[in-house]
This record gives sequence, structure tokens and C-alpha cells, in this order.
Amino acid sequence: MQVSMSVNGDEVTEEIEARMLLVHFLRDQLGLTGTHWGCDTSNCGTCVVWMDGEPVKSCTVLAAMAGGHEVRTVEGLERDGELDPVQQGFMECHGLQCGFCTPGMLMTARALLDRNPSPSTDEIRQAISGQICRCTGYATIVRSIQWAASYEAAATVGSAS
Amino acid sequence: MTVVEPRPLDSFIDNDEKPIGYGRMLRKEDPRFIRGKGRYCDDVQLPGMLHLAILRSPVAHARIVSIDTSAAEAHPKVKAVVTGAALAEKGLAWMPTLSNDVQAVLATDKVRFQGQEVAFVVAEDRYVARDALELIDVEYEILDPVIDARKALEPTAPVIRDDIEGKTDNHCFDWETGDEAATNAVFDAAEVTVSQDIVYPRVHPAPMETCGCVADYERVEGKLTLWSTSQAPHAHRTLYALVAGLPEHKIRVISPDIGGGFGNKVPIYPGYVCAVVGSIVTGKPVKWMEDRSENLISTGFARDYIMRGEIAATRDGKIQAIRTHVLADHGAFNGTAAPVKFPAGFFGVFTGSYDLEAAYCKMTAVYTNKAPGGVAYACSFRITEAVYLVERIVDCLAYELDMDPVELRIKNFIQPEQFPYTTKTGWVYDSGNYEPAMRLAMEMAGYEALRREQAEKRARGELMGIGVSFFTEAVGAGPRKNMDILGLGMADGCELRVHPTGKAVVRLSVQSQGQGHETTFAQIVAEEIGIPPADIEVVHGDTDNTPFGLGTYGSRSTPVSGAAAALVARKVRDKAKIIASGMLEVSVADLEWQKGAFVVRGDPSKSVTIQAIAMRSYGAGDLPEGIEGGLEAQICYNPENLTYPFGAYICVVDIDPGTAEVKVRRFVAVDDCGTRINPMIIEGQVHGGLTDGVGMALMEMIAFDEDGNCLGGSLMDYLIPTALEVPDWETGYTVTPSPHHPIGAKGIGESATVGSPPAIVNAVVDALKPYRIRHADMPLTPSRVWDAMQGNPKPPV
Ligand code: FES
Ligand code: FES
Repeated sequence: MQVSMSVNGDEVTEEIEARMLLVHFLRDQLGLTGTHWGCDTSNCGTCVVWMDGEPVKSCTVLAAMAGGHEVRTVEGLERDGELDPVQQGFMECHGLQCGFCTPGMLMTARALLDRNPSPSTDEIRQAISGQICRCTGYATIVRSIQWAASYEAAATVGSAS
Repeated sequence: MTVVEPRPLDSFIDNDEKPIGYGRMLRKEDPRFIRGKGRYCDDVQLPGMLHLAILRSPVAHARIVSIDTSAAEAHPKVKAVVTGAALAEKGLAWMPTLSNDVQAVLATDKVRFQGQEVAFVVAEDRYVARDALELIDVEYEILDPVIDARKALEPTAPVIRDDIEGKTDNHCFDWETGDEAATNAVFDAAEVTVSQDIVYPRVHPAPMETCGCVADYERVEGKLTLWSTSQAPHAHRTLYALVAGLPEHKIRVISPDIGGGFGNKVPIYPGYVCAVVGSIVTGKPVKWMEDRSENLISTGFARDYIMRGEIAATRDGKIQAIRTHVLADHGAFNGTAAPVKFPAGFFGVFTGSYDLEAAYCKMTAVYTNKAPGGVAYACSFRITEAVYLVERIVDCLAYELDMDPVELRIKNFIQPEQFPYTTKTGWVYDSGNYEPAMRLAMEMAGYEALRREQAEKRARGELMGIGVSFFTEAVGAGPRKNMDILGLGMADGCELRVHPTGKAVVRLSVQSQGQGHETTFAQIVAEEIGIPPADIEVVHGDTDNTPFGLGTYGSRSTPVSGAAAALVARKVRDKAKIIASGMLEVSVADLEWQKGAFVVRGDPSKSVTIQAIAMRSYGAGDLPEGIEGGLEAQICYNPENLTYPFGAYICVVDIDPGTAEVKVRRFVAVDDCGTRINPMIIEGQVHGGLTDGVGMALMEMIAFDEDGNCLGGSLMDYLIPTALEVPDWETGYTVTPSPHHPIGAKGIGESATVGSPPAIVNAVVDALKPYRIRHADMPLTPSRVWDAMQGNPKPPV
């Protein structure tokens, strides 16, 4: 079957098998290998992307279901050569080690800050609780997201003055 | 609830220390990872690449009666179907394990654990490969399995390894260490002895990226390129050469970015060999990536030690001896990844951080119908088990003596002046200063105040526990005379080239799975040679482009390859000094090294930078007598001894008396890993290990039912901590350099995984003191804690 969707702002149309998962569509068909795959049971969250601005586990979405929707992946976080503050925050606060969970964490973090610009630690931990990181122990991920939140707060204050 | 105050924008810029050498520095590898540009095995796409899937045994123990592959072969998109019988014709059905046992690549006679490899399919895409597995028909004759290691040696137990000639039981090996007679004598005369059965259940490293590879065999040149999730690419290359008979110079193993290893990616798995065979058979590149359940049920598990710990002491708390008997469950094949002379890994350090009169361990290892493995999950070659045993049994002693567990530990620490200290089992601890680390942890935790709070809460019927552990690690294997893996000595090479413009490339034999080698190794070289880390490229994980070495596991990268990097840089610096003497027309003795330049002693205006020396070394004009052009060197570092990091951990838990749920409220970790290269990365390593500790202590276990079905085969059944189960870690440090390591560094990768489980279990048991509980086995899930509270603690099975 044929499926069309917007991926990181580009319209794509591809011939696929009806059973193809979105994660495989992005990785194998489009070559967007930033989105990872880590489990069979929708538990790990290494595959998180956005569909219409909402984080979804792309291993749990058929590519066909994403037809007509807007998908954004980690490759679409950086805009005009500028890193998103969450990307910067993860580097500044050592929010990643092997980097395997990172793309999913970044997508969730961005979505969280879009809804809630100054989340508490508890709110951050809740937001990423559907995702597993085997390396960092999460504290630095929490700090990374806080870094991005305060960076953005400072930027807003700065532009208002 | 913390709310971060907004701070001015410019405070975000350049908060890096930008060290030329040690210090906090952002990681050089991160820019690619945060953009989704990491390159992991499954990201490798080659033209014409095919996909491999493995058919696995659904049962734990059975004879294979027949395999019918005809329907799978008839599938139009299937390119090859291979069974054990086909491999046997090529002599490839069995391969050696890292412990000199053999393991079936594909089962021929019997299957010996659930999930064992039986056949593989190579097909055009990954979905079809899995479809085709359904078309293979295997007839099994079910045999009784051996699941409980305690029953493996019963005379009626079915023999699992009847492939080994003359084998009539499930005995794997016996091992002992220490002095049995001397230990027994101390026990016989002791005022107090305590004995406790302690189980370290089977767990699994479960890195977020599963294992896999892409094999590309190029027929014309006879060259095999293997992208593989390997923590030890060089050792793997040699083993492929020995097993498959491919010439070693025609094999290139590439470990690209790896999504976590934790020991899971040390062994060679049947899947890698299948992919190589698949590529040879089809003439196409073949990708094999296991799914999560394959990872959990078939690849290297960890632990599975059933231990009896015994401790002898005086009534006032002087520990005199420790004795232990261990029953080790090695699964169906002995796939332990440990130096050959150490079948129980480094379990011999079970004497811990204490000055004893005697110690003895006797171990029996058995085969069971479970997956092979044994050394994995950041265990430092079984030191996790050793530290858990000693730190639990010391707490049992504190319980019996009604002594504070910290006071008991401090009273028995090896004293700083006793180092180097030879333990009663023959390990030579290089350096240590234990009490300050313990005191710092107590101060950070507010130990006295916590005890007061606990007393108040107990009076109100609330369950709060404070757990302490103090561990000594042993990391950085070799030296090569004592340590080898399948005959390959545990020493590691390093090569450094400084280019004409003063930029450098350092090539390592070890490989990162997230530890940040591209950063720390650049910092080590920078510290020695004064070239900024940004100007130093770190190359690793590619056997065609790096010197030979044994790889990254057992926290050995910094102790072994870190030393190699420092020494190779010093070698280059020595040569640079001679060139500098020529440039400045002074004798070598008149030159002084100031990081980044040689300066004439007494005349600071005369100096040359390392960059200028580099250009000169390749440039026109003569060099000093006997000096070859270029500025590069290579060495192979053979460590003199292991290094012995240590740490003091304090954990605070609260238990809900109604649900028995354990909440880790606080965790204080003081680590001493000797010289610290990048504190940010060290902290990250510690945090990760502490999280492993929460997982093992409270959540994780690979359990089996009585038929041998693995009950931990998915992330729904095998529970790994999320952000909700772990606290905000509190870390501190002391610095006691290693005397024999060129930069005094000791390694940190596994300290927290080793040290944290006993602290958490000790805290839970402490919380349950009102129930008169001295011990409860991991994982301390609500149901297991509940059982303990009912006076009915059960060992895990
Ligand atoms: S791959 Fe694990 S949740 Fe999607
Ligand atoms: S950084 Fe490795 S899994 Fe999160």
C-alpha cells in the first residue's frame, strides 16, 4: 500500500507493507536512524517520536496509521542549524552516555517543556517514566531538562527586556 | 519539589572547564548522539543486505527428532535456511566459549535451554525472515529439565551435557581459595560465629540496544567485515579466525556506536556466527539483530550464585575469618567470560575491605537447562557477588552483636599503612584509605540524624531503614602472566600520532559502550602532551585501524588502556624533547616541560610548543642525530597489578507497612577511583551503577518455572528501574591514587553496580528489624518483602 505523511516538515510518499511499524518505516525506509528500537512490548521508549506534536512510541504505531499526519523525529529537533535547548541541556548536564535512549528522551523532554515550561523534578520524572535509560540513572536527564527549562526561561526574560 | 530559578543567558555559555587534561569537559561524542547521528549496528545499511532471524527452542531440554525446513525454503523471499546439521557438515555446529567449554551454534542433537538457537533463515527483509521461522517444523522429544541448581548433582538428575564424552553428571567445575584448615581453626575457637544463606539471583544486563551484527563477506577478496555489538573487537577477530578458519588479516571487526554493554556484549553469540555463515552462503551482507526477548532469554545472564556465608568474630566485634560455600549455576554451557585461571572470576576478593586472620571459599559449579553466561552486568568478574556476600554477612554479624553496622566496619578496616595489603586469598590491594571515605559518606548522609529519625519513626510503627556498604573493587585485568582469555594475554595496545600541524590521533584497543572514551582518552593524552582535547581524535572499535587489545569490560579501559594512552603520550613527548633540543640548540638536560611546550631552564623566553615540534618533525631540515622523522609512537601496556577502587555507600529506604513496597528515599555514594580524569563522566558512571543496584535489589530477576520456561523474557516481566524508582543520587569522592598506574587512575565503570545492592538490601533488612529479620533475598519486591514481614522469607527460585 501507499502511505503519505509529513516527516520533519517534508512530505514523503512510500510504498509499504500494511503491517510495517512506524519505527521501521522511519529507520529502514527513510533512513532516519536516530529513532531507535529497544523492546517488543512498548516498554522502553527508545522509539519515541511525535505524531501531530504528541509523543508516541513508534513501535506501537503502524506506518499506515501515521498516514496524513505530521511526524517529527530527533533529526527534526535542530532548526536552522541551531540546537534545541533540550539537546544542548543533555550535553551540558551529561544526560546521555551510550546515546541509545537519548532521541526518545529528547522528544519527550521537548514535548513536556512545550506544555509546561517550568516542570518540577517530579513532573519531569513522570514525563520520562515510560522510557528506560540503562546508563545514566536518570538524575542527569532530569537536570538536562531543567537546564533547558531555565535556559528558555532566561531567553524569554531576555527577549522581553 | 525543586523549581529551577531562571538564570541569565550568558551563564549558560562556556560553563565547560575546557581543560587541557583532566577536569570537567563536555563529551566529544555527544554532538552526534543528540542529533540522532550515532551509528549503531542496526543503523548499518548496505546495498543488497539481507536479514537473518533465528529459530529458537521453545523448551528447556529436548532431543531434536527432526527438522523440516522445506516450507521455509520454498518462500519466494527466503534466500537460505540453515540447521545445525548443515553447520555440522562444515564443522561449525559447535564453537568454543570464553571459558574453554563448547557451545552449540545451532543445536544438532539436543536443545539445552529455552531460547537455544536451532536454525536460521536469511531473507529479503526482517519481517519475512521472521515469517519464515514459522514455516520451519521441528519435532522435539521432551526431556526432563534441570532447573534448580541445588538438584543438579542429584544422582537421578538428567545429564545435560551428554555431548561431552564420558559425562555422567551435571558437574561443571570445583574451585577453592584460601586456607581451609586455618579458617576452620579460627571458626572453632571463635567467640561468635554467624552463618547465613544468601542467594544472588540470576539477572540480566539488558542494554537498551540488543545484540546484533552485520556480516559482509566479500567473496573475491575473501574478506569478512563484521559490524558487531562487541565489547572486545580484537579478541573476537582472533576467535573468528580460530573457529571459522578465516585468515585473521582478512577479518575486520568493527564495533560502531554501542547502545550499552554492561558485559552483555563480551561473548561471541551464535547469532554472530550465523550471520557470518549467512553472508558466506548467500554472498550478500547479512544483518542479524535480536529482539528483546531473544536478548533476555538467550544472551549472557549474570550472577546466579547460591551462597552460604559464615563469619567468625570476637564478642566486641573484631572480625577474624570469613568462610563461604557457593553453588554456581552456569547454565547449559559454561560461557563465563573470565580470565582462564579464574573460573569464578575475581570472587576471591570476598574478604572485602577487612583485615582478617583467615578466609576460605569452596565453590561447585553446575550445568542447568538455562541460558549460558555468568559474568556480565557490570560485575567486575564476579566481584558483585563477592561484595554482596561480605557486606551482607557483616551486617548479619552487626545484627547478632547488636552493633552499629558502620562502627563494626570501621573497626575492621584494613588500615592505610597496611597497603599494599595481601588478603588471605592472595589478592594484593594496591592502595586504600577507607575510613575517610566512610566518614565522608556519613557526614553527607547525616548519619546520626538519620538514626534519630529512624528511632522516632520506629516508635510510631513506621518502617525506615538505613543501609551501609563498603566495597573494594579489583579492576583492570591483567597482568598477562596471570590473566588471559582463551590464551590471549590481557594487555592493551595504544598508538599516538601527532600530525604536522600539531593535531593528533590516538588509537585504542578498547571500545566505548557509552563510557565516553572519545573524551576521556583525549583528556589523558592532552594532560601528558599539552595538545587540547579538541585537537585529539580518538579512534576505537575497528580492528583494521587500532592496535590489538582485549577490550572493554571489568572496568579495564582506564586502568589498562588509560595507562597505555598516558605512556604512549610520554613516549612521544620524550622524542619531542630531543627534537626541541635541536630546535633550541640546547642540551636535552636543559629543557623543562611545561604543559604544551619545552622551555629552556632559566630562560623562559626560549621555548618551543609541541605543535612547532610536530611540524619540525615532519618538516625540512635535519633532526638531531639518530632521530627518525615524524612524531608518533605505539606501545602495549601490560598492567603490573589490578587496581582497587573502593567506596562507601549509605542508602535510606521507607517501606509501606500496608503494601510492603520499598521506596529508596536517599542514596549517598562516596567513591574513590584514584586520579579523576573527567568528574562529570565519573559521576555518570556512578549514577548508572546505582540504578543497576536498585534494579537488582528491588526489581530484576530472570526466573524460571519448573519446566524451564524463562519468566523474565520481556521488559514487562523483567523490570528495570525507571525515573520513578530511583532517587536523586548524592555523590562524593576521595582520591587515593594507584601507586603502580602511570596516572594513578583506578577505574570506575562498575563500582556502583558492585557496591550498591548490599547497601539497599541492608537498608531494607534494617527497616524490617522490628520483625526480627536478619536477611531477605533479592529482589525485594513487595511480595517478597511481605513474605519476610510475615516471618516467612523465601529464597528466590
Ligand atoms: S521499541 Fe520499546 S517502546 Fe518502542
Ligand atoms: S544513555 Fe544509554 S540507555 Fe540511556
